[in-house]
Amino acid sequence: MKNRKRLCLLGDIVGMLAAGIIFIIPFLFIFLNSLKGRREANLLDLSLPSVWEWGNYKAVFEANNHIILTAFKNSFLITLGAIILLISFSSMSGYVLQRRKDRLTRAVNVMIMTGLMIPPAILPTIWIMKGIHIYKTLAGIILIEVALQTPFTIMLFRGFMGSIPTELEEAGVIDGCSPFSLFRQVIFPLLKPVTSTVVILNSVTIFNDFMNPLYFMPGSKNATVQLTLYNFMGQYSSSYNLLFADVMTITVPMLILFIIFNKKIVDGMVAGAVKG
Amino acid sequence: MNKKKIYSAWFLVPTLVIFTGLFILPMVTSLFFSLTVWDLKNFTFVGLENFKMFFSEGSLNIGIRNTLLYAVIGCSLKVTAGFLIAVFLTSNIRTKNILRSVIFFPNLVSTIAVGITFKALMHPTKGLINSALGAVGLRGADWLGNARTALFSVLSVEAWKGVGVATVIFIAGMQAIDKTYYEAASIDGADGWQKLKNITLPLCRPAMNSVILLAFIGGMRSFDLIWSMTGGGPGFATDVLASVIYKQYAEGFYGLSTAGNVIMFILIAFIAFPLQKFLMKGEVD
Repeated sequence: MKNRKRLCLLGDIVGMLAAGIIFIIPFLFIFLNSLKGRREANLLDLSLPSVWEWGNYKAVFEANNHIILTAFKNSFLITLGAIILLISFSSMSGYVLQRRKDRLTRAVNVMIMTGLMIPPAILPTIWIMKGIHIYKTLAGIILIEVALQTPFTIMLFRGFMGSIPTELEEAGVIDGCSPFSLFRQVIFPLLKPVTSTVVILNSVTIFNDFMNPLYFMPGSKNATVQLTLYNFMGQYSSSYNLLFADVMTITVPMLILFIIFNKKIVDGMVAGAVKG
Repeated sequence: MNKKKIYSAWFLVPTLVIFTGLFILPMVTSLFFSLTVWDLKNFTFVGLENFKMFFSEGSLNIGIRNTLLYAVIGCSLKVTAGFLIAVFLTSNIRTKNILRSVIFFPNLVSTIAVGITFKALMHPTKGLINSALGAVGLRGADWLGNARTALFSVLSVEAWKGVGVATVIFIAGMQAIDKTYYEAASIDGADGWQKLKNITLPLCRPAMNSVILLAFIGGMRSFDLIWSMTGGGPGFATDVLASVIYKQYAEGFYGLSTAGNVIMFILIAFIAFPLQKFLMKGEVD
């Protein structure tokens, strides 16, 4: 027994050391270098800054006419808009797809399955967006994010619906509820746990999305957080301090989110993966 | 109770409008546009020319090879590392919750930010990785600048970022295994290795299948990390289908870009769907 304990302690030490080197150092590296002067940061080492240059962060916010503020605003609006639509539409779909088994729902399920695996067809999507005049607009990218996250979101809602007994609906029908108010007032409130998983997972995905804004919302006015970061990489290739300050600015919100919702995020990801 | 009336098809309409309009319709029309030269307004039908070009041109077909390599190697790395870390983290160590969080966190960080960070860490002369190797007397390499190592360097970062998800899925799978199996095995005198091989591994199959599918499909579609770390270079050494599609789009070769997209659909459909069937069949209850 004593031997086992010693083995566990050794495991703790080795684990923490390995995690420290492999996972913590990269973040420490960004943090320290984001606070150095330009010349010092360009050495790319792990030393402490000789002068702590908190002004780097101010410089990042003021760069290119405060583009980062526009970017945060856009990313925030895209994420919020897409999530509101995803919750409203996918919860309804997940509900019907789980309750009803016929030709229609089987066909929709196949489509959803396809959407989980197959990536979007880029140019035809741009062609359609141009046709309905939503290319390069916030509304356009919001609808794209909704379309692309729909399969995963429906899957979560559909999976959760399985745990809600149908007796509730039967009672609602007897009380004379219309199908929509039955869903709105009886079912939707019960979906709260999975709804919060949907909100958190989709916020992370949509906020971090780089490829779709790159294709569907190009143009300097339409910056999103990830696009600005990518452009900074080209612009600040010789000022690592500012580049890393930008990386930190984008990483910290995620860190805060993770500290608050740690369990929810991890459980949500597992549930999503296993049901898929 | 009339099911069709309560669970009205109207509930599906908003989803179907957006999903068919912006996902299914582009997918279907891409089959046609991949056979044309077009500029989003006019098109000329050219038959299979785009596909012929894609398969014969070295700078394009390397994307197919690299996509497959990237998906297979990335998937194997995540499965192996994720499984071993999960075994370690389901043991009796005290720091397992902290370690799990630390390993999982990179998954939430923007891929572009990860790419920028590791590009700096892998810098050929100043990078921390080469300095650390130098300190213990090893010679570093030009990780991203050498055509032979570049793809593997990006893959190692891919694994770094993605192993957390694999790990938590495996942990969930392992925690679901009935403890009595292990007790019975202990009574029969099985050692740790035998328990791992004969209990944990087979009973983790559902978790493993999820990890394999997720990692494989994610790998086939990957773009952000490669684009931020190497831009497909040096030369075309790290170009994958997604980056070739982007490059052809940026150059204005829309037909070629769409053909690349169709090749990607076909590859995923012909590998991922049968893979899923195969994996699900082998699951033990």
